[in-house]
Amino acid sequence: MTGLVIRGAALLGEHVEDLRVRGGTIVARGSLVPESGERVIDARGLIGLPGLVDLHTHLREPGGEASETVLTGTRAAASGGFTALHAMANTSPVADTAGVVEQVARLGDVHGYATVRPIGAVTVGLGGEQLAEIGAMARSAARVRVFSDDGQCVHDPLLMRRALEYVATFDGVVAQHAQEPRLTIGAQMNEGTLSGELGLAGWPAVAEESIIARDVLLAQHVGARLHICHLSTAGSVDVVRWAKARGIAVTAEVTPHHLLLTEELARSYDPRFKVNPPLRRNEDVLALRAALGDGTIDIVATDHAPHPTEAKECTWGEASFGMVGLESALSVVQDAMIDTGIITWADLARVLSSTPAAIGRLEGYDRPLEVGSPANITLIDPNYSRVWSVEHLSGRSTNTPYLDRQLPGRVLYTVHNGALTVDDGVLTEPAALAAAHQEISRG
Amino acid sequence: MRHLLSTRDLDRDTAIGILDVAEDMAQTADRQVRKLPPLRGKTVVNLFFEDSTRTRLSFESAAKRLSADVITVVAKGSSVSKGESLKDTAQTLAAMGADAIVVRHHDSGAAHQLAHAGWLDATVINAGDGTHEHPTQALLDAFTMRSWRFGTASRGRDLSGLRIVIVGDILHSRVARSNVWLLTTLGAQVDLVAPRTLLPHGVEHWPVTVYEHLDDALATRCDAVMMLRIQAERMRDAFFPSTREYALEWGLSAERLARLSPDTMVMHPGPMNRGLEISSAAADSRRSTVLSQVTNGVSVRMAVLYLLVSGSGSTAGAE
Repeated sequence: MTGLVIRGAALLGEHVEDLRVRGGTIVARGSLVPESGERVIDARGLIGLPGLVDLHTHLREPGGEASETVLTGTRAAASGGFTALHAMANTSPVADTAGVVEQVARLGDVHGYATVRPIGAVTVGLGGEQLAEIGAMARSAARVRVFSDDGQCVHDPLLMRRALEYVATFDGVVAQHAQEPRLTIGAQMNEGTLSGELGLAGWPAVAEESIIARDVLLAQHVGARLHICHLSTAGSVDVVRWAKARGIAVTAEVTPHHLLLTEELARSYDPRFKVNPPLRRNEDVLALRAALGDGTIDIVATDHAPHPTEAKECTWGEASFGMVGLESALSVVQDAMIDTGIITWADLARVLSSTPAAIGRLEGYDRPLEVGSPANITLIDPNYSRVWSVEHLSGRSTNTPYLDRQLPGRVLYTVHNGALTVDDGVLTEPAALAAAHQEISRG
Repeated sequence: MRHLLSTRDLDRDTAIGILDVAEDMAQTADRQVRKLPPLRGKTVVNLFFEDSTRTRLSFESAAKRLSADVITVVAKGSSVSKGESLKDTAQTLAAMGADAIVVRHHDSGAAHQLAHAGWLDATVINAGDGTHEHPTQALLDAFTMRSWRFGTASRGRDLSGLRIVIVGDILHSRVARSNVWLLTTLGAQVDLVAPRTLLPHGVEHWPVTVYEHLDDALATRCDAVMMLRIQAERMRDAFFPSTREYALEWGLSAERLARLSPDTMVMHPGPMNRGLEISSAAADSRRSTVLSQVTNGVSVRMAVLYLLVSGSGSTAGAE
């Protein structure tokens, strides 16, 4: 196979044009005639998107291989149309040294399903006390640019100030898990009438909003950029909107599940719906959708959080927080944002590819589907509809909140640096993928 | 009705049906031979992840009086305290042929999960789950109120016209929740009294009136004052400054007791903190129903077991 021609896809959901891929790069766009030896993908009826970029993935390796590894997580990513992801630092050992981040990045390269960009811890061991070796991680081969203690909030205001300043020195960004710890001791679900009724300890919106308010002011004061992870409340949207109006360099993400699901699901006491931050009220869901539509929220990030079965087959109180999300993200965003008419496919490409890449300083995603860009491409069938089941998951864990839910859209092809990681809806096997990457690199 | 998980999903007629059967059960307590045959050959498992001598003994004697085989598992010292999951415990009990599981658990929703997660087939009776519900406690409280108010003419009646004041740690109380839903379903007016720190978020959407001061709530006549147990550790978590201040503001002192109308019941689900939420004068007064609540607890639990486990329970209703 000397190359690839994708014929007839509606690129960014707009113009139907063909794409030619050679040596890992998009080399032509327009009305193309296949040449001999080229693999031709008939993409009529499909939408062509740039490869998706996730800014918030838990790959669990090292230390949590029972629930996910770099290999299984990047396979899940590929099957969901992602070609790059940012791996959160809360592994064991924590990604707080150059050694750990280099290993994680290298594993991503070796497997070839997606580019893995490690996120470095802000503080040593996520302990919230002493800054991690941010400079060493930034200068390492992994070139870390996003730093986060995700899972823990950097709640000490002085430490947060120092982190913002120090990370800015290396052109990085602090991705804050906004959760005031004292206001959320033992918290299990959104605090409101329902938590009172169900007898589950409340996670009040103010615990998120107060940290965001503090941090945007700190970011302004020190002139650093700040990213807010998994923003979940209408009040947080108001704070970010206010901050952006003042010119503060803040970006914000929302997860697919916060765009679709509400706290009502906790009535079942089914721990699949236990997540942090918790599912919120319907008013919050609508505010988050509107904010993603008007640009107050910059991106969608999955917060893909795999857990072993036993961490969810227990009482709600004992269960781990988190949901897998890589495989379902595109379908959920289509359901919540596209099919509701709030955003277009071109917008989706922005919030799920070019902007998260820009926040993470990941190159190659700034000119989606243009000639000269690296060949990271996702082809989806938007008219497909399916009842979501564990068969649609490709990672190691099955803690999806969407079981039995009708979801639109389906990824049929994912191209990562010129190689098909998903071909006609089927994940490419590791050996075949390695061979394809090798052939591409030989040119 | 297959399970009893909460009073929230109990309708009026089902609730009255349980209380009426409990009346029948109470009458059998006066007989010379108190043992009844309906659960002969049935196995009832009391699965207590959280020890509660009072509730456990009540369920045990209820099941034994109905001739059931009773197995009691208390988490302390058993496999459930050694990291065995609720699922594994449930499946073990199912494999042993349990017909009913009476479960007490420190996590809200545990009974609901046992009933609905598909781990076992048995009838599940919630004997208290976290800070969620404790439905048999509310049923025995309603039974006690009905007997106090209507005596031998209780059968078939609801609690319309009664005003019940519940005082104390509403936020953490499964007894309060179960009582709010059940008593209001039965037509009673329920008023809650607590400092704001001990009221759940969103309580304004509950079918109750909320008072912050006990004296305001007691200014009008009520049929029952139910004092909830206050846990001393709440003080350390800054829910209130001191037990002294709590007792002063929200305790049922001798002086407040004296101001109650002569026919007002004083209730407490036990165990009591004398001198904190309830004075000895109140606990020991003739209007205190604390001990008859215990007696009625057995009758009500017999009724629930009979209706759910004997196979003759035809009472319509939730679940």
